[in-house]
Formats: sequence, C-alpha cells, structure tokens
Amino acid sequence: MVSRTWIVIPLFNEAPIIGSVIKDLLPVFPHVVCIDDGSTDTSARAAREAGAVVVQHPVNLGQGAALQTGFEYVMNDPEMSCVVTFDADGQHRVADAADMVRRVQSGEADVVLGSRFLDGRTKIGPVKRLVLRTAALQTRWSTGMHLTDAHNGLRVMSRQVVGSIHLTQNRMAHASELIDLLSKLKPRWTEHPVEIIYTEYSKSKGQSLLNSVNIMADLLFR
Amino acid sequence: MLIVVQIVLVLVVVLFSLVLIRGGSNAKHMAVRRIMVLLFAAAAVLSIFFPTLLSQIARLVGVGRGTDLMLYAFIVSFLVYMSTTHQRFRQMEATLTKLTRRIALDEAERPWESVRSGTQALDATGDSNHGSRDTLR
Repeated sequence: MVSRTWIVIPLFNEAPIIGSVIKDLLPVFPHVVCIDDGSTDTSARAAREAGAVVVQHPVNLGQGAALQTGFEYVMNDPEMSCVVTFDADGQHRVADAADMVRRVQSGEADVVLGSRFLDGRTKIGPVKRLVLRTAALQTRWSTGMHLTDAHNGLRVMSRQVVGSIHLTQNRMAHASELIDLLSKLKPRWTEHPVEIIYTEYSKSKGQSLLNSVNIMADLLFR
Repeated sequence: MLIVVQIVLVLVVVLFSLVLIRGGSNAKHMAVRRIMVLLFAAAAVLSIFFPTLLSQIARLVGVGRGTDLMLYAFIVSFLVYMSTTHQRFRQMEATLTKLTRRIALDEAERPWESVRSGTQALDATGDSNHGSRDTLR
C-alpha cells in the first residue's frame, strides 16, 4: 500500500521564484501540484519545467479558490494520505513541512498548523506582529481554537480532513474560513513552530497590511 | 406644453415597467416584482395627471412635500436593488468558480494513473519496487 503526501501550492504570478521553490521540495516530497490561478506571467511553465504537476484555472479566482481546487485534485488520488499547503513565494521551509508531515503520519494529529510565533526564529516587524496576533485573538474568540498565528500558509492535513473541507471564500478570507471549518469538524489538531523567511522578494509580494481590512470585510459580509 | 411632458413621462413609465416585467430568475420573486411594477406604473401615471396627489399622500404620512416622498422611495428601492444585485453577483461568482474548477481538474494530468499502469506492467515482470521514490510517504 503506497501512501502519498501531496504538496498543494496556490500559484499566481510567481515566475521568478516558483522553480526554485519546487526544486527544493521535490527531493523530500516527490508529489507537488501547483494550482496556477490564471497567472499572466510564465509561472505555469516554470512550475511544469521544475517538475510539478500544474492544474490551471483558465481565469483568476483567488487563492482560496486555488486551494480548494488543489484539495479536490489530490482527493482524486486514491493513495493520497496527507496534504501540505505551501506558499509559492518561498517563505516556508521544506524542513518545517517535513516535520509537520511526520506529526500527522505518526497519528499524533489530523491537522498540524504552522505558527511563526512559537519560537524566536522568524524575524518580524512590530506592526505586522501586532496585526497577526490580533487576528489570531479574533479567531480564538470566534472559534474557540487557541491559535497563536493567523494566516500562516503552511498546514498539513490528513485525507479525512481534506475531504470534508469545502472553501467558498475565493479570496484571502479563506484562511479564516478554513479555521472556522476546522473548529466545526473538530479534528485532532496542533500547532507546529515554523520559520517564515521574509526575503526581499516575498516582502515585495506579500499581502500589505491594508489587505487585512479586505479580509475582515470578506468575513463580515460573506 | 404640459401635455407633451405628460406624454413623455407616461411613455417612460410604460417602457420602464415593460423592461422590469420581462424575464427574471426565481418565479416567486418575479411575481412580486411584477405586482410592484404594476403598482408603480399606476401611481406614476396618476401622479403625472394629478401632481398634487403625491403631495397629499406625503402630507398624510407626515413628509412635507411629494418630492421628498419620491426621494425616500428612490433611496429605498436603490438599496433593495443594490442588495439583490450583490446577491446575484455572488451567485455568479460561485457558478464561475465551479466552472473554472471543473475545467482545471478535467484538463489536469493525473500522474498516479500512469504510475499505476506502470506498476502493473512491473508486477507482471515480477518487479514491484515502485515506491522507492517516495522519500516521505
């Protein structure tokens, strides 16, 4: 019985970096799928050339929609047992993902969520820290899940959990929606310390703080 | 001169009502909308020929002038329009998402299918060492 771990990467206009992200992943995780969310650059080709499976949205829908497509794609693989969501901009470490997968495969938890606040590795600005901690606190109030980090793209979920997740928030609010769904599914979950590498590239691409206004609005007026 | 304005206004009311009465999605909503449109048309035509009627109604409900009453009615109907349009837009987005996802998934290659047929071929030759690539299974 083969059991496979799939890496799901929502991909939108990351052509300069996606190739190296996939090349770092492949030696550890041979099964990588990129959901190209209607990129206008050469992201899809770069991902394919680096050795990933590419599933292409013909039009841009948003990161949440891309993740859900990724989940449905990997659910088609009867031997998939575990799914990792990974960001395309190279801010996650493959070693962290591997540690998290081990925690799911050992049967310790069904869901392992990455948190950049569990150790001191991640260097982060005070304003961003405040926003993320506030968002985590808000999640705690609304779902009762004691999270230390919000909107961390590195997560590992077992097949059972992935199969019961149906994201409807197409854009950035999917991260909160996912936690919301988990709080209803009540799987065994835990957080795992991860390092977020803020390179110049990911800083220039990352969500601006203003975007948190959009996330709040999406959640309030869904 | 007054009769020209009256004719133009009546034509506008009739055309607008016809446009609204035609088509729609939900049967119940459509019926409600058609009743509203008929009421609107009747009120509009009446107010064209008896302009003071609107002011009398306005005074009756305690809103000074007929124009003010019109403004309030307009704001309410505009808000209703906004919310229904917003809902319809969300429905369309959900439909588009489904369609896009289906296209994406249908076109995607499925490496495990070729892996499995490859495995069967290997099994036939007595070699089933296909999982060695899975460093982290």
